[in-house]
Amino acid sequence: MEKLLEINNLNVVYYTDESVVHALNDFSLEVMKGETLGLVGETGAGKTTMALSTLRLLPEQVGKITGGTICYRGMDILNAGKKQLRDLRGAEISMIFQDPMTSLNPVMTVGDQIKEVLDLHFPDMQPREKNQKVDDILKLVGIAPERKDQFPHQFSGGMKQRVVIAMALIAEPKLLLADEPTTALDVTIQAQILALMKELKEKFDSAMVLITHDLGIVAEFCDRIAVIYAGTVIESGTVEQVFSQTKNHPYTAGLFRCIPDLTTTAKRLTPIPGYMADPSNLPEGCKFAERCKNCQERCRKEEPPMNEAEPGHFIKCFMPEKGGMTNE
Amino acid sequence: MLKYTMKRMVLMIPVILGITFLVFLVLSIAPGDPALLVLGGQATAAEIEQKRQELGLDQPVVVQYVKYMLGVLRGDFGTSWFQGFDVMEEFSHRIPYTLSLGFLAMMAAIIIGIPTGVIAAVRHNGMTDYVVTFLSLLLSSAPAFWLGMMYQLFFALRLGVLPASGADSWKHFVLPALSLAGGNLASNSRVTRTWLLDVIRSDYVRTARAKGNKESTVILKHALRNSLLPVITQIGVSFSIVMGGSVVTETVYSFPGIGSYLINAVKTKDIPIVMACIIIIAVVVGIINLVVDLTYALVDPRVQLGDS
Amino acid sequence: MTKKKNRNQTSPGAKKSKWALVWIRFRKNKLAMVGLTVLVILLLAALLAPLYIDYSQATKQSIREAFEPPSSRHLFGTDQYGRDLFARIIYGGRISLFAGLVTMGIAFLCGITLGGSAGFFGGRTDTIIMRFCDVLMSVPGILLSMSIVAALGQGLIKMLIALSVSQIPRQARTARASVMTLRNQEFIEAARCCGTSNRRILFKHIIPNVLGPLIVGVMMGLGGTILQIASLGFLGIGIAPPTPEWGTIISENQNNLMYYPHLGIIPGVFIMIAVLSLNFVGDGLRDALDPKMKN
Repeated sequence: MEKLLEINNLNVVYYTDESVVHALNDFSLEVMKGETLGLVGETGAGKTTMALSTLRLLPEQVGKITGGTICYRGMDILNAGKKQLRDLRGAEISMIFQDPMTSLNPVMTVGDQIKEVLDLHFPDMQPREKNQKVDDILKLVGIAPERKDQFPHQFSGGMKQRVVIAMALIAEPKLLLADEPTTALDVTIQAQILALMKELKEKFDSAMVLITHDLGIVAEFCDRIAVIYAGTVIESGTVEQVFSQTKNHPYTAGLFRCIPDLTTTAKRLTPIPGYMADPSNLPEGCKFAERCKNCQERCRKEEPPMNEAEPGHFIKCFMPEKGGMTNE
Repeated sequence: MLKYTMKRMVLMIPVILGITFLVFLVLSIAPGDPALLVLGGQATAAEIEQKRQELGLDQPVVVQYVKYMLGVLRGDFGTSWFQGFDVMEEFSHRIPYTLSLGFLAMMAAIIIGIPTGVIAAVRHNGMTDYVVTFLSLLLSSAPAFWLGMMYQLFFALRLGVLPASGADSWKHFVLPALSLAGGNLASNSRVTRTWLLDVIRSDYVRTARAKGNKESTVILKHALRNSLLPVITQIGVSFSIVMGGSVVTETVYSFPGIGSYLINAVKTKDIPIVMACIIIIAVVVGIINLVVDLTYALVDPRVQLGDS
Repeated sequence: MTKKKNRNQTSPGAKKSKWALVWIRFRKNKLAMVGLTVLVILLLAALLAPLYIDYSQATKQSIREAFEPPSSRHLFGTDQYGRDLFARIIYGGRISLFAGLVTMGIAFLCGITLGGSAGFFGGRTDTIIMRFCDVLMSVPGILLSMSIVAALGQGLIKMLIALSVSQIPRQARTARASVMTLRNQEFIEAARCCGTSNRRILFKHIIPNVLGPLIVGVMMGLGGTILQIASLGFLGIGIAPPTPEWGTIISENQNNLMYYPHLGIIPGVFIMIAVLSLNFVGDGLRDALDPKMKN
């Protein structure tokens, strides 16, 4: 399989008035052509930061990449020129943002906003053909093409997200970064939107990084999963490997215990004790040590390596076996 | 749109009636007999009584007011008590000066204010930002008449490039328009900067970047139009300030508009002139506010005219 | 953005009162602190003026001493009547700052009463009060002040009335807007559900919460009022000469600008410094009161 995106040891910090926040710490990730990767983690773990870094869209003066590499099909994104980056954004890699309510320009018609992507990346295309493509993509995402002259405020939240998806896909990008695309929507709409995204990404043969905190979504829509904690990937593998719950990072195991299981009789859900490590003041050693039941002295001093627990299944823990065993 | 405009025009009438009645009332109940003031100290009681009748002062205030306003409807703004000429006629010479001065000042405030605000926002926290912000703060803190005097001192008295007073050629308009623009220029710049900074951080601007837009397109096409809405409001407010400021600026530059004329009327209590000024300025300000609201609806598709 | 956590809620200062927190944030703002310092110096200089410079210096005419250049005896020199410019500016500042404070005090009290009741009671009360404000705001503030001065005649008290009237509608609008947004918020609803009386809701919940924006409005209005006082003085319808007042001082020296420019420049700089400091403090206060609005 062809590697589409390769992130190696990426470090990103945010400078705020009071402190320096380490958002990503030696973050590494690979995305293969055509696959759907679920990136799971709690709020503040660095999921959005990863997506923004890939497109070099971190807020200026605040967010800064301090180390590592991002490679997209052999292109070094961190050292790319402005023009190269512009050609990449929207055409090769496009992004779907979390909140459809605010991610559309309120004073432009939705048609113009979708067409703008074509104007930018296909300057030679005939206006008639552009209009035709806009109509086509609107139909694909389930919006009547006649509505293209309307403004975002005339659409509901779910419909707005469809517009955003149309905008992200019209140039048929190779990679789609979907940052919690359904968190802001009603539960009934969520499934529709996700199914639509899956269908379209298959149609255009795009790869997708689906950022979410919902393990259920990952189980249903993804091929592989990467779990992120305090700015680092702590476990990655195929959905089957991770969800079989035979070998897991203690944090992932904890996440599973937070999901209600309808098949077994009512047991209390077990929350993971404590809070995520303060990213402006990270501990030495394993970032999860503070909350881990199996924490040993070594965990507080050294950072554990990524151990391959089975082929393609990586766990960042000294005792990947034991980590899984805690699932009593 | 037309219906809304008509409705707003009609709604302006009670406001103008209100303000004119208020001013009329205050002027009428004020101490001091205008007839005595007009005639001077030596006038006999009979002369005064005759003058009072002539000016209509012997009637109740409300009657005086209604009579006056009925005259205004026919285009008759009365006769100056002290100078004896027709107010409307004098005004017809002076209004064009005041309006063109005000218009030029607004233009200067927009043409200089908005771009400087944009530059400051784009160079946020840079040297340019600090300089622009500091200058605009300085400009909005200086009294307009003093600013006018400083311009006179520098451009007219020291450099001799522009005339210090009068209104004979286009050159005479430059300094008054710039000093009248002063504070509003600064406000436009600050409001543009503040809101552009706000909008630049918004999600849809990030979307515009993620599409592969150039930074200049992101700012000018996506961000600026959204941040213009508060700027338009500001421009509406500043027009009222410009009309008020013209009184002061016209005095500094001995400019033959209605402002410099009003100040003498105020000093002598020449009620017909004061009233005419209030009416004219209230109408102009009202119309401008209407234009601002219409523009607002044009720029922002979310604004629905009619329900306010 | 998942990155931005609300630090204010978990900060160790959470137990401190709202105003203590505002002060902590205010103190971090350099410009605001500079403004506050300058303002305090100006106020003290004006207040303590009689202790270090005699009032007669500002009014006593002596043609022999006219147009003296700045020296240790006359810090800013003397004007065409031989009056000490420094003394005139300091005593002028007393009038301007005092008049400005009184005006805004009156406008604040009337504004919060009118706007507060309009916003709180709504309905007919609201309509009447707001239409009245519309009427007052239909002409520029300075024109309204001028008309009132025209009617009442010149004098300090009359000018204060004229200035207050033109400031009231703006204050009332601010008060109304803040009360309106608050009125529909959950904690007011909650208080209402608990059976709290209107009066208690108004004094206990609404007024403390609208005070912030109102005070910022007053600070900003104060700068504008000082400029208006100077304008009226310049036009010769403010405080009657020979009482020193900033605007009057400038207009007196207008004709000597060519040869003695400092006589016109210095008083203007003082007005500018005072208004600038007020704006700094106002801006700083707004940011400190509402960290979310910070740009």
